[in-house]
Amino acid sequence: MIQLKVNGTSRSFDGDPDMPLLWYLRDTLGLTGTKFGCGASLCGACTVHKNGKAIRSCVTSMRSLSGAEITTIEGVGGPGLHPVQKAWVEINVPQCGYCQSGQIMQAIALLAKTPKPTDEQIDDEMAGNICRCGTYQRIRAAIKTAAGEHV
Amino acid sequence: MSTITNVSRRGFLTGMLGTGAFVLGVRYLPESLWADTAIPAGKTHADVATLHPDVYLGIDSDGTVYIVAHRSEMGTTSRTSLPMVVADELDADWKRVKIEQAIGDPRYGDQSTDGSYSIRAFYDVMRQTGATARTMLVQAAALTWKVKADECRAELHTVVHPASGRRLGYGELAKTAATLPVPKKEDLKFKPKSSWRYIGKGMKSYDITEVANGKAVFGMDAHIAGMLYASVEHPPVLGGKVKSFDQKAPLSVAGVRQVLTIDPFTGPPVFQPLGGIAVLADNTWAALQGRKKLNATWDDGPNASFNSDDYKKELQATARKPGNVARNDGDVDAAFAKGGDILEADYYVPLLHHAPMEPMAALAEFKDGKCTAWAPTQNPQAVQETLAQQLGIPKENVICNVTLLGGAFGRKSKPDYVAEAAVLSKKTGKPVKVVWSREDDVKFGYYNAVAAMYMKASVDAKGKPTAWLQRSVFPPIGSTFDLSATSGGPDDLQQGWTDIPFDIPNLRAENGSAKAHVRIGWLRSVANIYHAFGVQSFADELAHKAGRDPVEYLLELLGPARKIDLQSIKYPNYGADAAQYPIDVARLRNVVEMVAEKSGWGKRKLAKGSGMGIAVHRSFLTYVASVVEVEVSDSGEITIPRVDTVLDAGLVVNPEATRAQFEGAAVFGTSLAKTGEITAKTGVIEQGNFDDYPVARINEAPKQVNVYIVENDAPPAGVGEPGVPPFAPALCNAIFAATGKRVRELPLSKAGLGKSA
Repeated sequence: MIQLKVNGTSRSFDGDPDMPLLWYLRDTLGLTGTKFGCGASLCGACTVHKNGKAIRSCVTSMRSLSGAEITTIEGVGGPGLHPVQKAWVEINVPQCGYCQSGQIMQAIALLAKTPKPTDEQIDDEMAGNICRCGTYQRIRAAIKTAAGEHV
Repeated sequence: MSTITNVSRRGFLTGMLGTGAFVLGVRYLPESLWADTAIPAGKTHADVATLHPDVYLGIDSDGTVYIVAHRSEMGTTSRTSLPMVVADELDADWKRVKIEQAIGDPRYGDQSTDGSYSIRAFYDVMRQTGATARTMLVQAAALTWKVKADECRAELHTVVHPASGRRLGYGELAKTAATLPVPKKEDLKFKPKSSWRYIGKGMKSYDITEVANGKAVFGMDAHIAGMLYASVEHPPVLGGKVKSFDQKAPLSVAGVRQVLTIDPFTGPPVFQPLGGIAVLADNTWAALQGRKKLNATWDDGPNASFNSDDYKKELQATARKPGNVARNDGDVDAAFAKGGDILEADYYVPLLHHAPMEPMAALAEFKDGKCTAWAPTQNPQAVQETLAQQLGIPKENVICNVTLLGGAFGRKSKPDYVAEAAVLSKKTGKPVKVVWSREDDVKFGYYNAVAAMYMKASVDAKGKPTAWLQRSVFPPIGSTFDLSATSGGPDDLQQGWTDIPFDIPNLRAENGSAKAHVRIGWLRSVANIYHAFGVQSFADELAHKAGRDPVEYLLELLGPARKIDLQSIKYPNYGADAAQYPIDVARLRNVVEMVAEKSGWGKRKLAKGSGMGIAVHRSFLTYVASVVEVEVSDSGEITIPRVDTVLDAGLVVNPEATRAQFEGAAVFGTSLAKTGEITAKTGVIEQGNFDDYPVARINEAPKQVNVYIVENDAPPAGVGEPGVPPFAPALCNAIFAATGKRVRELPLSKAGLGKSA
């Protein structure tokens, strides 16, 4: 039995310990805001926070999560939107929107450790998150907006 | 929520909506399952609203305006932009508009969200819808006040009578309006452009908040109680059949419930399932794990002969031989026979794959001879037809609910994955959600055709072409629907080939035959990708050969402002009337001149190893010119600091969304130019995920894309696709300017641009 917290709620898991967190979130808990894109840590669509740090849930086994605090896109904003989510809306980042949960979770983690990132820091941190619609320049602008920097 | 499979569906939905713990966007639920309303199956809120002048609109007595989005939302914002047109003409308050997603139903007209024509085909229809309701509301107010209708006017969700200062809301008027006859189309009066509230002003997506907070529902997220998750092992070679597999081993995986075969398709692939073996389980992970134990063997069939290296040589050889003549102006052969300077070049663009971020996924429930599907599909009516055929039921008995699409780019026009879910639901008697892995997505696509092109021109003393021959060879999209199809038809060749807009007296466009060994399908801008690459690269080669500035030379090739008449070759013009949407060289010239100015062409000092390239292309009735700036490092690494794009799409309903489409097109273009290539050995696709089919990431994409929209009142044209075709040739022309190396084959990752190369 693995005990963990998801968005502040205590959970116990007694299934296949090799199951990646992604499928536990999506198929068991119904938290479908976290997306499946590649299953191999190549695209970042499944990004969530483990103890505040961005991880790829598609390659993170449940076995490794005993005592972990997981935050997903559904839990990151509280009742309203997180400032980074607000910036995403303000800059009108999404096109299809599928990758944006992962982008936002990655951006929040970036800003937590680097509150005023440069373009290069943004590119380094966000390079693991693919957007096939190509919203990258708006992602950069939204991160700067959330950081309180003039865009 | 771990008990969801144990509650009734109705209870499940009510619980979900009540707690918000697992919120499916209610508007994606089939109406028959909507616990709180009594809307009959297949109906919308608009249908049952107090005032319902046509299928796209309903106004309730509380003032809520329901607008039906009948096109699919895959990121182009059409789900928002078309309702904007209705709301504008209605003079509705956008805050009181609710957008409902239509199911597949012919009563909405065409729902195939493809070909960049949602706005073009439905702009007038949406205006008529809004104007019809507005007219009825104004008449209702006049009737109520016993005044003449022309003394009243609509004003932001109300009708006012300025003379008396009286005012009534749309909700208050809906009931009376509903008693009035629906006005005839020809009697409708439309708002003047000066009073537009939303058209041309730009609007964010209706769904943006739900996308940002993770609550938006894509096909991958569809869920109903008791459903099984399925993962399908497809034949590795197109047309292959199951020889043997281990039926029992997958069942040893906890959570795996069943192992079932899906029949191979017969005849041309069309949208039929590929066949194979499905593992059905309680969750996606178990299904994927079970699949690894199938140990399947296959009869590969004739397509096992397909090796893309050999195929490339075949296409290139065919391109050097005479082909079918698709357009023939003047006498090319006579001009070539006169001798003079002749330039020849071969170009090549490989198979390309869509790779939308959401892999294929769909949920279907077959019950009592009827099937309900929830699918991220570009074409819900094609889902109805395909499922009806697969299940042996009338298509009226297929309900296709359309979720949001996590990217599509043409792939999700082909509902083979939805058919899999339906077939498996029929076999199991349970709802089934099919989930494709990324590897399934990449290996079992409907690829953009691989193309070889041969170009030849003779030039005069000033370097201007006196004759131009172009020949393209590619397996046509028609092969997916007709196994005997090997030549491009008018629909393929209209895309940047027969419509070449250059002012050259002797010009011939040809096409050679190629047999398909994989499913060929349309991908964002389709044949325009390779045709624009051939034509616009070759134009740049001629400019440099003549020692001319590429922009000046391009303008000279385009020649004087005129409209090109292609009636003699049955040019389809993307299904549009040639009088309304001519090939207008003045507009091509204008975007070239504008992009040169905006990009600082010839005026900006660039560092060594940097260069700028231009390309212009008309596709989907829209005129686009792009200037790409590139830096090429000594080791051959490419960075793209800046792209300037000018587009003339006629009237632009949503400029904000349009800019986004062209920003994204530059990234899509970067991906296909730098690394886009699907290859096969013995019929098996060699790529499988983003490691071996890379797409541009934030640190590889153009750093800055500036998009300029030409102000134009011409009828609206496409915006989703036309940004893509000029990008690759503009980039390769920039690489030539930067390095002196001419790239004639994509992708660039194989071009050897390093100094040592």
